[in-house]
Amino acid sequence: MTFVAKPRTHHPKLPRNDLGLTRRDYEGAVSTLCAGCGHDSVSAAIIQACHELSIPAHRVAKLSGIGCSSKTPTYFLGKSHGFNSVHGRMPSVATGANMANRELYYIGISGDGDTASIGLGQFAHIVRRRINMTYVVDNNGTYGLTKGQFSATNDKGSTSKKGAPNLYEPIDLAMMAIQIGATFVARSFSGDKGQLVPLLKAALKHEGFAFLDVISPCVAFNNHSGSTKSYEYVRGHTEAMTVADLIPIRDEITVDYAPGTVEDVTMPDGSTLRLHKLHRDYDPRDRVGAMDTLMRRAEAGEIATGLLYLDDEPSDCHEILQTVDAPLATLGEADLCPGSERLEAINAAFR
Amino acid sequence: MTVSIQAVNDFVIKFANVNGSGSASANGMFAKALFRMGIPCAPRNIFPSNIQGLPTWFEVRVSEAGHLGRREGVDLMVAMNAETYAQDVAEVRPGGFLLYDSTKPFPKSLRRDDISFIGVPIAQLILGEFADPKQRQLFKNIVYVGALAELLQMEWGVLTDMIEEQFKGKTKLIGPNVRALEIGRDYARDYLETPLPIRVARCDGVGDSILIDGNTAAALGFLWGGATVAAWYPITPSTSLAEAFEQHAGKLRRDEESQRNRFAVLQAEDELSAIGMVIGAGWNGARAFTATSGPGLSLMQEFLGLAYFAEIPAVLVDVQRAGPSTGMPTRTQQSDLLLGAYASHGDTKHVMLLPSTPKECFDFAVAALDLAERLQTPILIMTDLDLGMNDHISPPFQWDDGRCYDRGKVLDADGLDAVEKWGRYLDVDGDGIGWRTLPGTHPEKGSFFTRGTSRDEYAKYTESGEVYQRNMERLQKKWATAATLVPKAEIREGSKPKSCGIIYYGTSEPPMAEALQALKRQGIELDAMRIRAFPFGAEIYEFIDRHETVFVVEQNRDAQLRSLLIIEGDLDPAMLVPVLHYDGMPLPAQVVERHVAEYFAAHRKPRLSEVTP
Repeated sequence: MTFVAKPRTHHPKLPRNDLGLTRRDYEGAVSTLCAGCGHDSVSAAIIQACHELSIPAHRVAKLSGIGCSSKTPTYFLGKSHGFNSVHGRMPSVATGANMANRELYYIGISGDGDTASIGLGQFAHIVRRRINMTYVVDNNGTYGLTKGQFSATNDKGSTSKKGAPNLYEPIDLAMMAIQIGATFVARSFSGDKGQLVPLLKAALKHEGFAFLDVISPCVAFNNHSGSTKSYEYVRGHTEAMTVADLIPIRDEITVDYAPGTVEDVTMPDGSTLRLHKLHRDYDPRDRVGAMDTLMRRAEAGEIATGLLYLDDEPSDCHEILQTVDAPLATLGEADLCPGSERLEAINAAFR
Repeated sequence: MTVSIQAVNDFVIKFANVNGSGSASANGMFAKALFRMGIPCAPRNIFPSNIQGLPTWFEVRVSEAGHLGRREGVDLMVAMNAETYAQDVAEVRPGGFLLYDSTKPFPKSLRRDDISFIGVPIAQLILGEFADPKQRQLFKNIVYVGALAELLQMEWGVLTDMIEEQFKGKTKLIGPNVRALEIGRDYARDYLETPLPIRVARCDGVGDSILIDGNTAAALGFLWGGATVAAWYPITPSTSLAEAFEQHAGKLRRDEESQRNRFAVLQAEDELSAIGMVIGAGWNGARAFTATSGPGLSLMQEFLGLAYFAEIPAVLVDVQRAGPSTGMPTRTQQSDLLLGAYASHGDTKHVMLLPSTPKECFDFAVAALDLAERLQTPILIMTDLDLGMNDHISPPFQWDDGRCYDRGKVLDADGLDAVEKWGRYLDVDGDGIGWRTLPGTHPEKGSFFTRGTSRDEYAKYTESGEVYQRNMERLQKKWATAATLVPKAEIREGSKPKSCGIIYYGTSEPPMAEALQALKRQGIELDAMRIRAFPFGAEIYEFIDRHETVFVVEQNRDAQLRSLLIIEGDLDPAMLVPVLHYDGMPLPAQVVERHVAEYFAAHRKPRLSEVTP
């Protein structure tokens, strides 16, 4: 993490949006994540997306579960209310919050452990209910806060900090989201600002459930044997250092590649991710085609990135439940209480 | 030959049926007819965890004196399930009656000569009248109600009126139903000795009362109290609460112009999700509730701790059933009290309301929504299967149209502009309750981060032990505030002080007056107190202090209320004598009477008759 406090003043020439606000007005507290963490890039992208869309920050509610990713809502949109709930259960809290007030923007931030393991059930059901929100998974394939256990999105065969291979099949959250009813599904890479920011903007504007799976490398839990970036290597090559809790300081991993091309990205653990940016001709409105593409890319050892699936006419849970336009939280006695006369009629019906 | 039981408006009738045969509605009609004749009665459905095929029973306690707790022993058994004949015969009190379908002979080996057997060839009578096999099954139940009408002297018009009301939209069905009643009545009139020595007679015992179950009552309370979000997961015996809310809200909360709903009901994927939704909605300013039972409450523990610590309004109804684990899912108990009181890890405590009647289910549902927002914490309404699922005679519901909802301490945009310094968890009023803000309120002020981790008065994350402890102490102050706001205990003390008292709560209320009367006849007089909420108010410990010995009556094995009283009041356990009943059936007065009398005998406590000349 950074130990230098953010200055309160900023450059007078910073660009202002329609609300007269600069990017700085959308920032949050200083991040306490490891330097170079992909999650911070996602937070930066959210700040940029909200600024460019001129969303009033106080009209956004940020919700998260537990884990490194779930800490990040503190680091963006400081003027928004935030809710750091319990592990894997952000979807239910977001659902209730959205039911109470349909007029706010909802950004849910979760991780791969939070969503694909402990929270898989809640994730599936918030997708089904089509809550109008932007649901972001900072996906690093590992449990960071408890120091490097595998998560359920980790590829079979990859090795852990202790060198043990992952024995289990990975869960593809984007595939799952398409299959069970999400109306906006995208995947990106935390270091690909050029792709991530437009996707976030589209997700925020989408009036339904928008899901974004963001591959976000963990810089801390890296133990590829023979890798010069592994713990083992660093310990062996460093002197006069307390190595037990050493987290090497790294630079953020960034990419910039064209649609229709494949980019190899070296992860902090020395492994390589093969990102396949979807071609401009790709039709995201074809649901079956989207699932087909995901599976075929995975078979080729690649990760498809971009807008995978889009329903242009999404419905959301308020439409399904036919709730009134006014936020339920704002209704008072006159709208809610049937009154004494109606209660007398109820009494009469039970005599 | 034993002399037959003679009774007017004072007996227990029990129906033994096969589950899924449509008997519950016929039996319900029987009970409601008595209620409409002005006779106090208490119907209780004793059903299996099964949809079709297993034995099921329905008991009605009839008592002009108003003793509506369960009573041991059956005076008239309507034995419609050959599979349970042996058990059903055994339950009838000497001098009692057993009505059976005599299409097939009653097994000789099961006959008793101290009870009267009344045969009505129901299947045979039906066969000649109805062709459709499904109708034959359903009308069997109506035929025995018709026979009972004649045997017990029920008012015919009351029954036919009910059939007409029930089938208002489907008039075709009125004729065959009335015909089925007549078949039973005519057979009894022509072939049986009527009336029976036990019978009913119109009286003036119910006043303006209503006959309703606690789940529906609580659902209506939530509707009148302004709940807009309901999230739940199906579980017996709480399911009908959420369903009743949805049903009544659909009629009473739909915008006439747009035909859109001023409520949202979400059937969650599990109880964790249900309480999560309630907490999310409460955080965002809506009044929200969930309804569940023991296993669901177990699953909700983590979230309840979050709501306690992060201080978020939430309302939960636990319709308790017999535990532990899946236990007896269709039987009643008061065994979640400790689980509710201290739900979740760490130092947590929760406000609990303990209703006894449907009227209190309604009132406490309304109160819970107010208390949750006032205290910014979960409020648990602890009912049970007996109160929730069975119809009870209850005072009618009342609503004062001038009543306003207490939305608690919420700062709006103007409030935020007016206040000089704001911190979410600052105790500015000295009651331990801070001022909260809702998302979306003010462009510049009032945003904060809600979290389950420790934080300071300004909602900023902290790991400072001192700040953490200060916060925990403020929560304790809020707890003391809660004790002054929850419903007070109901105390019944005579003018003369007595050495012993008795404490009870919830569905131990109906048998209590009867038990106290019976004890008085034995020379044992007790002061009584019904506890209606946790935390305990000062009046509860003052009552205990005034007595040498206090009995604590409850429907669980481990004397959970007694433990709570001891823990929270730092009492000497010897002062509190447990009176326990936990077989899954509602508490009968006789159990209380027996336990207390035995205690008096064993401890050589002087009875009133021995100390007063």
